[in-house]
Amino acid sequence: MKHTPIYGMMAEFDSAQNLVDAAHHTHEAGYLKIDAYSPFPVEGLAEAIGFHKNNVPLVVLIGGLIGGLSGYLMQYWISAVSYPVNVGGKPYHSWPAFIVVTFEMTILFAGISAVFGMLALNGLPMPHHPVFNVPRFALATKDRFFLIVFSTDPKYSSSETRRFLESLGPRSISEVPS
Amino acid sequence: MEEQRQPVTLGQGAPVIEPGYTFGTVTDKISSIVLTRPTSNGWFLGFGIAFLLTMMMLFAIGYLFARGVGIWGVTIPIGWGFAIVNFVWWIGIGHAGTLISAILLLLRQSWRNSINRFAEAMTLFAVSAAGIFPLIHVGRPWLAYWLFPYPNTMGVWPQFRSPLVWDVFAVSTYATISLLFWFIGLIPDLATLRDRSTNRVAQMIYGMLAMGWRGSARHWHRYETAYLLLAGLATPLVLSVHTVVSFDFAVAIVPGWHTTIFPPYFVAGAIYSGFAMVLMLAIPIRKFYGLEDFITERHLQNSAKVMLATGLIVAYGYGIEAFMGWYSGNRYDGFLLWNRLHGPYAPWYLALLACNIFVPQVLWIRKLRTNPAALFVISGVILVGMWLERFIIVVVSLHRDFLTSSWGMYYPTRWDWMTYIGTMGMFLAAMFLFVRILPMISIFEMRTLLPEAEVKE
Repeated sequence: MKHTPIYGMMAEFDSAQNLVDAAHHTHEAGYLKIDAYSPFPVEGLAEAIGFHKNNVPLVVLIGGLIGGLSGYLMQYWISAVSYPVNVGGKPYHSWPAFIVVTFEMTILFAGISAVFGMLALNGLPMPHHPVFNVPRFALATKDRFFLIVFSTDPKYSSSETRRFLESLGPRSISEVPS
Repeated sequence: MEEQRQPVTLGQGAPVIEPGYTFGTVTDKISSIVLTRPTSNGWFLGFGIAFLLTMMMLFAIGYLFARGVGIWGVTIPIGWGFAIVNFVWWIGIGHAGTLISAILLLLRQSWRNSINRFAEAMTLFAVSAAGIFPLIHVGRPWLAYWLFPYPNTMGVWPQFRSPLVWDVFAVSTYATISLLFWFIGLIPDLATLRDRSTNRVAQMIYGMLAMGWRGSARHWHRYETAYLLLAGLATPLVLSVHTVVSFDFAVAIVPGWHTTIFPPYFVAGAIYSGFAMVLMLAIPIRKFYGLEDFITERHLQNSAKVMLATGLIVAYGYGIEAFMGWYSGNRYDGFLLWNRLHGPYAPWYLALLACNIFVPQVLWIRKLRTNPAALFVISGVILVGMWLERFIIVVVSLHRDFLTSSWGMYYPTRWDWMTYIGTMGMFLAAMFLFVRILPMISIFEMRTLLPEAEVKE
């Protein structure tokens, strides 16, 4: 029989409360490479698995700055350098008139950065993932809550981890083939 | 013991979601509309009519491309006519969707969760309908891309001191951000449909669109940050869009356009008409799909209150316009006011006052605010009124300007009407498709409204 590598050990819970409690216990027990799955954003769950800060705001800030700067510089270059046209005696570099487009470009680039930055940091699109190998995981987008300990965790052991997860009172436990 | 929190009721009045639902039943109820419920004959009939109207629009536009804008009623002095009236009307309608999804999110108004999805879809389709008009109005629509700055062999660039160029950026940014906001909100629900669907093709399509969303806590954390930031970005954006649209008028020196009240009064009018459209869509949808438990009396009441408030701002705008006509001492401004009340378009102006100011005052009555049929009718009246407002602004201001020798009248042709009514068909056809193939209520945000979503540390 071919040996299948194991991706991790997954426990299924009934409620958001149980998942957050279980995630706290697992993290406190010294398991560091863990993740939790829920059908809606659960307050405090990311913190419970030890994930406190994400880089989306930084990406959005950089995107917004690039958008705003390029918007303004584009208008300056077009109106004052490349194609200066005298409109009603206004100066070529008539900065008040450039504010609207600068603003819109800031929002556009920041918004695009927010969406695509979030997807990129999340590693999406990723149509296939080992957690989908667990048939019950289909309920993670409905009404069930899952906790996984990755097999890459130094504390991971097939029997120990299963025993530990069982002590948390899950509905079911399954080994996730990768 | 700490006090039991009741996130579903949030103060007095009807709840935002009727009690007795669980994560599972909320999911099933919303996703079954898309996945298992058979498509009704009413849907086919409604979609069929909307589709025919869309075809009529395409025919009118096709004929326009063959013959030119001469088939429309636009002439000098009224060079803007229906195209701009309808553009402003449609883009204004879109604003309610962004207000509901972004501004009410920032204000933590959780009642938005059951109406934001289809309001965002409404925004998207309204902006698409709006976008058609300036493009076909430019005369040579195949050259419409000249509006964008792109390196070209002619060596020319757009003129960035013109509000019309600002408008190109404002509207295209608005359309892009609205699409992104709508799509990012859909991702977790698309994953739900992927996992619930039993049809292989549907699984593939929803699966591809969901991009492998698995609801990881890390993903949700970044997702919520991105969603919140996007809401923060969309909030000033939506206020800026109609402001920039109003600059198209306010920067000109035409009496009736050249006024500083325009930006706030345009934005208020946009939200006014947008909520009217939200109600005109929500009331039949909740009835036909049995969603009264999710789109409750509370949503109708709150939308009615927003309409009442923005309607009063609009009324203030009209009042200031009239006051300034007298107070400025400018004879052209004074004449504009006289002409609105006594000129050839006076009945239209009086109808506008009736539709936008007088009729909506009945919304002070609580009984009417909670009566879906009455709200539907009042919303329709407001939509007509807001269309008349743009008609008055565009046509009446232009038709009699400084020189009596250049006065004229505007008579829309059948092609104007066919295009306008056709865009309504296109909008409705898109809405029909949307409610059939995508979850019209955000499932994951509805789950967060349930008491069992509450987690104690």
